[in-house]
Amino acid sequence: MGKIVAVTGNEACAEALKQINPDVCAAYPITPATDLMQRFAGFVSDGKIDTEMVLVESEHSAMSACIGAAAAGGRVATATSSQGLALMWEMLYIAAGTRLPIIMPLVNRALSAPLNIHGDHSDGMGARDTGWIQIYSENAQEAYDNTIQAFRIAEHLDIRLPAMVCLDGFIVSHSIERVEYIDDADVKNFVGKFKAVNPLLDLDNPKSYGPLILTDMYHEYKRAQHEVMTKVPGIALEVAAEFEKMTGRKYGLFETYRLEDAEIAIVVMSSAAGTTKDIIDQYRDKGVKAGLLKPRMFRPFPYVEIADALKHLKAIAVLDRADSFGGYGPLFSEITGSVMSMDTKPPMINKIFGLGGRDYLPNQAEQVLDELVKIAETGKVETIKEYLGVRE
Amino acid sequence: MSKKYWETLPQGSVVLEAGNSAKFKTGSWRSMRPKWIEENCIQCMFCWMYCPDMSVKVNAEGKREDFNFDYCKGCGICALECPGKKGNKAIVMEEEGK
Repeated sequence: MGKIVAVTGNEACAEALKQINPDVCAAYPITPATDLMQRFAGFVSDGKIDTEMVLVESEHSAMSACIGAAAAGGRVATATSSQGLALMWEMLYIAAGTRLPIIMPLVNRALSAPLNIHGDHSDGMGARDTGWIQIYSENAQEAYDNTIQAFRIAEHLDIRLPAMVCLDGFIVSHSIERVEYIDDADVKNFVGKFKAVNPLLDLDNPKSYGPLILTDMYHEYKRAQHEVMTKVPGIALEVAAEFEKMTGRKYGLFETYRLEDAEIAIVVMSSAAGTTKDIIDQYRDKGVKAGLLKPRMFRPFPYVEIADALKHLKAIAVLDRADSFGGYGPLFSEITGSVMSMDTKPPMINKIFGLGGRDYLPNQAEQVLDELVKIAETGKVETIKEYLGVRE
Repeated sequence: MSKKYWETLPQGSVVLEAGNSAKFKTGSWRSMRPKWIEENCIQCMFCWMYCPDMSVKVNAEGKREDFNFDYCKGCGICALECPGKKGNKAIVMEEEGK
């Protein structure tokens, strides 16, 4: 089944999009997502797929064109990074509020200033409240698999929401890894035929998109939008189960690693989880009961399920690859939200790491685990939020 | 169980009924009212063309009739554009309620 290849994260995502062959793709280049869309545009130019490729003049236009094409009744995809996502900002809310299932690989990159092209989660975290589904990937395989699954989740008739599939800029987008591709026919069959809902191109039934809705009904529309998000985890798990049947690769709302009998744990997303797992193995060999929880779905956030997975711990460290200046890291805030429902709340610390592509090194994971061991013994936290791997 | 109000809303606030703006009568917004003076009207249709609210009624013969005051907001574009006959306007604006 399928074939095993050595590809970058960008290449894998472009391959997934090629296999799905969306009706329309409007995109604008931005590092590190450029390479993804360049490869995809290459497939279109070479006649391998018949996607209508719209080369626009900005990301604001890219998302606007995607919204128009999705409202017209098409299956739509794009990709971006960092400033590109920031420029899409107002259109992201419109895509979600209008319930258009646009799929967008987001190759995570730091935001200016200072100008930096490398990987961190500032861009994705800034889009936290846009109403998009957000799925984070650890490696190229997950980015490929998540892209395929995202179509099924977003386009589900009970959902119809746009989805971002996040992968770490350069670390995953530009590193060559072993990836298992699924056969074209299996991907097509898995994703299925696109079902348009209220398409503008259904000329026999004219309709309007984007009305003005003021104090009388806006509140109710937002209530409905909240409700649909609550249905996403259930659908995502159904899709994941079907995906596992096809590929043997298992996905949940989050992944746990040696967590069941752990006393201390690190919560971290995306590529840093890989390094952390290695160090956890080393600490396990030394007799330290360490574990990991890696959120996959950040929006909607599975608060209750994560609380259940973390409730037995004596100390937790949440590692954020983005900062909320004047606040705790965005992932830490979500984990504290989860912990709120626990009877006994484990002590927690928040580390900000890897901003602007700063390497997350094994010794950083060791430093965090050492601190957790001490906190688990004493129950005392000295500093809640600190920068990790920062020059002092 | 009956659905809650917000559960009955069309997905993504799409307006599924075409042309339903006819139900939204904007005539009450008016503070100035256009008055049509038929003897000065040369039927040039400028008012019909310029009216942003399609409030100039036109009959089967293609001739303009009086305004549709259900929708006219009294913006005055028609009066401004009206060439009239020999310098006499066929549309003048008057204060509403006078």
